[in-house]
Amino acid sequence: MSQYSETPDARRNETMKPEDAATSAPRPVLEVEELTQDFGGLRALNELDLTVNEGEIVALIGPNGAGKTTFFNCVTGIYTPTEGRVYLHDAQKRRHLLNGRKPHDITAMGMARTFQNIRLFGDMTVLENVMIGRHCRTRTGIWGALTRTPFARREEQETIDISYDLLESVHLAQFWNERAHNLPYGAQRRLEIARALATNPRMLLLDEPVAGMNPQETKELEELVRHLRDSRDLSILLIEHDMGMVMSLSDRIYVMEYGSRIASGTPEEVRANPRVIQAYLGESDDA
Amino acid sequence: MINYFGKALLASCWFMLLTLPVMGIRLNSVDQTVEWQLGRVALLGVAIFFLSMLWTWCFSRKARGQAIVSLPPAVSGSLKQLFSLPGRNAHTRAVSLGIVLVVMLAMPHVSSFYQTNIMISALLYVMLALGLNIAVGIAGQLVLGYVAFYAVGAYTYALLNQAFGIGFWACLPVGGFMAVLFGLALGFPVLRLRGDYLAIVTLGFGEIVRLTLLNWASLTGGSGGIKDIPAPGFFGMDMDINMSTMFVYYIVLAAVIITIVVISRLKNSRVGLALQALREDEIACEAMGINLARVKLSAFALSSCWAGFAGVIFAAKTSFINPASFTFMESAMILSMVVLGGMGSIVGVVIAAMILILAPEYLRAFSEYRMLIFGAIMVIMMIFRPQGLVTGERRRYRITKLHGNAAKERA
Repeated sequence: MSQYSETPDARRNETMKPEDAATSAPRPVLEVEELTQDFGGLRALNELDLTVNEGEIVALIGPNGAGKTTFFNCVTGIYTPTEGRVYLHDAQKRRHLLNGRKPHDITAMGMARTFQNIRLFGDMTVLENVMIGRHCRTRTGIWGALTRTPFARREEQETIDISYDLLESVHLAQFWNERAHNLPYGAQRRLEIARALATNPRMLLLDEPVAGMNPQETKELEELVRHLRDSRDLSILLIEHDMGMVMSLSDRIYVMEYGSRIASGTPEEVRANPRVIQAYLGESDDA
Repeated sequence: MINYFGKALLASCWFMLLTLPVMGIRLNSVDQTVEWQLGRVALLGVAIFFLSMLWTWCFSRKARGQAIVSLPPAVSGSLKQLFSLPGRNAHTRAVSLGIVLVVMLAMPHVSSFYQTNIMISALLYVMLALGLNIAVGIAGQLVLGYVAFYAVGAYTYALLNQAFGIGFWACLPVGGFMAVLFGLALGFPVLRLRGDYLAIVTLGFGEIVRLTLLNWASLTGGSGGIKDIPAPGFFGMDMDINMSTMFVYYIVLAAVIITIVVISRLKNSRVGLALQALREDEIACEAMGINLARVKLSAFALSSCWAGFAGVIFAAKTSFINPASFTFMESAMILSMVVLGGMGSIVGVVIAAMILILAPEYLRAFSEYRMLIFGAIMVIMMIFRPQGLVTGERRRYRITKLHGNAAKERA
C-alpha cells in the first residue's frame, strides 16, 4: 500500500485542479438522496446520500454485507428503492429522476455498470458481447434485419467497428473472436467494462473491478480506469475492497456499514476517520 | 482392463438378479407348475455385460476428451467442410447446398406419392422445429406447448374456410397472425417467469388450447374435427390428388427455405443478438439497455408465427384436422428436434427434424420399439453430446480496421 501513497496524491491534485473548482462549482452527474431499501424487516440501505460529480472517480467501500451492491442495484433500477430519490444529470445539465424506471431505460439515459460476479454472455464471442452493449444506441428492428436495408447494414458495420475499437481500448482486441467464457479471469473483467462502455455512459458503476486479480493486473486495471476517465466524458463510482487501489484512484470515498454512511471525504480524511478504523479493524478496548 | 471387466460382470449379475422374478420364473396355470426360464436371464446377463463394457469404454473416452467415434479422416474432413463457417469454404458450401436443393426439387417427380407425403410432413416439422428454435434455442425460453400455435394456424384456416369460404392463400398470413396473437397472449403473463416456471406455464397453455378445441364442439367440431378442408389452389387450376400433393410439397419447400433465410438473417442481427443475450443472462441483458419485455415478446411472436404458417399448410395438406393431432407428444417431439440438433443451430435442427421424422417412417419394421429407441438416443445424446449435433456455428464478422472496407473491396 505504501508504494501508492506518494505519487497518486500528486496526480489527483492535478486532475482536480482546485483553482478551477473555486471558480466553477463541480457539476453533479449522479445524485442520491436519502435512499432507503427494505427487504422485509431488514433495512439494507438507510437514508443514504451520495453525489458523484463530473469527471470524478468515487469509491464506495465498507465491510461485506454493508449494502454496497444493493446500492448499485437500486441506482440501476434492478431494485425499486423503498424511499429516497436517485437523479442522473444529462449532458445538457437536466436532472432526471430515476426512481421507478426500468433498468434498460436507465442504461439508455447514460448509466452503465459491471457486476461483482461476472455476468458476461459466456457462449457468445467477445466482440458480440460488446455489440450487445450498443443495443440501446442502435435502431435496426426486425424488418431492417430481414430486408437488410442500407441503413441496417451501415449501422451494423458501425456497431462492429465501434465495438472493436472499444476492445482495443481495454487491450482485448486480439481475443475478439473468442468465446467470452474462454477468456482468463482478468480479461473477463475488462470485457465487462468494455461492454458497459459500449452503451455510451456518462456514469459508470464498477462493482469490485479488481476482485481476484493479482497485484500486477490490479495496477493495470487502475491505470485503465484512470485513462478511461481522462479520455472520455465519464464519471466513475466503484465498489472495491482493495484499499491500495481505492486510496490511489479515488477522488472521494464513501464508507458504508450496515446500510448507512459512516464517513465520506478524500482518501486522507477517510483514512484518518476513527469510525472507519473501527468498522474495519474492530473496536479496541482502550479506544 | 480388469477394472472394466469386473464392473461389467457386477452389472450383469445385478441385472440378472433383478430380472430373475420377472423374466426367469413363469407360472404354468394349466399344469399348476413353476417353470424356470434361466436361459433368457442368462442371455440378458450376457447382453448387459457387453453393453456395460461399451458404456465404460465410451465414458473413458469422454473423460479423456476424445471423440467417441472417430471417423476416417476423409469422411470427417468433408463433413467439416460441409458444416464449416460461411466464407471459409464458400464454394464447397454453395455446391453442397445446390445439390441438396436440386434433390429436394426433383424429389416429388422421381419418388412415389407416398414418399412425397412423408417428405411434406418432414418438411413441416423442419419448419416447426426452426420456429421453436427461435424461442428455445436462440432466446432460451423453454416453451413446452408449442403445438398450440400449430393448432391455432390449422384451425384458423379450417374455420375461416368452413364459415366464409376463404381460400388457402388468404388464410396463410391470417393463420400466422393469429398464432402471433396467441404467442403474445401467452407472452404477456409469463414475462416475469423463467426456466422451470415458464416451462410449466407453457405446457399448461398447450393443454388449454387442445382441450378448448376438444370441448368447444359447437365451434370446432370437438373430437370429430373439421373435414373437407380444400387443398391450396393455383389460379383456379384443376388438380388431381397427385398434382395437388406435389403442389403442397413445393409450397412447404418454399416455406422452409424462406424460414431458413429469415431465421439466419434474424439470428445475426441486432435483434438476434439481443435474443441470444436473453438466453445467456437476463439481468446482464437488462443492464445493457435491452428492453426485456419487448425482446421476450418478440421471441414469442417470431417463434409462434412459423407454427401458425405450418398449421395452415398442415390443414391444407391433410384436409382433415382434429385435436388429436395437437397433443403434448408433438410439442415434445419438436422440442427434441431442437435439443438434438443443437440449440440455436439452423443446420443441426434441420438435420435432427429430418432424422426424427424420416427414420421411423423408413424403419417400420422396428415400429414397436420406436419410443424405446427414441428414449435411448435421447439419453445417450444428453450424456455424450449435450450440446446437440451441430454447435459452434458463429458468424464471421468483418472489421473495417482488420479486413478493410467491404464496399471498396468489391469495387
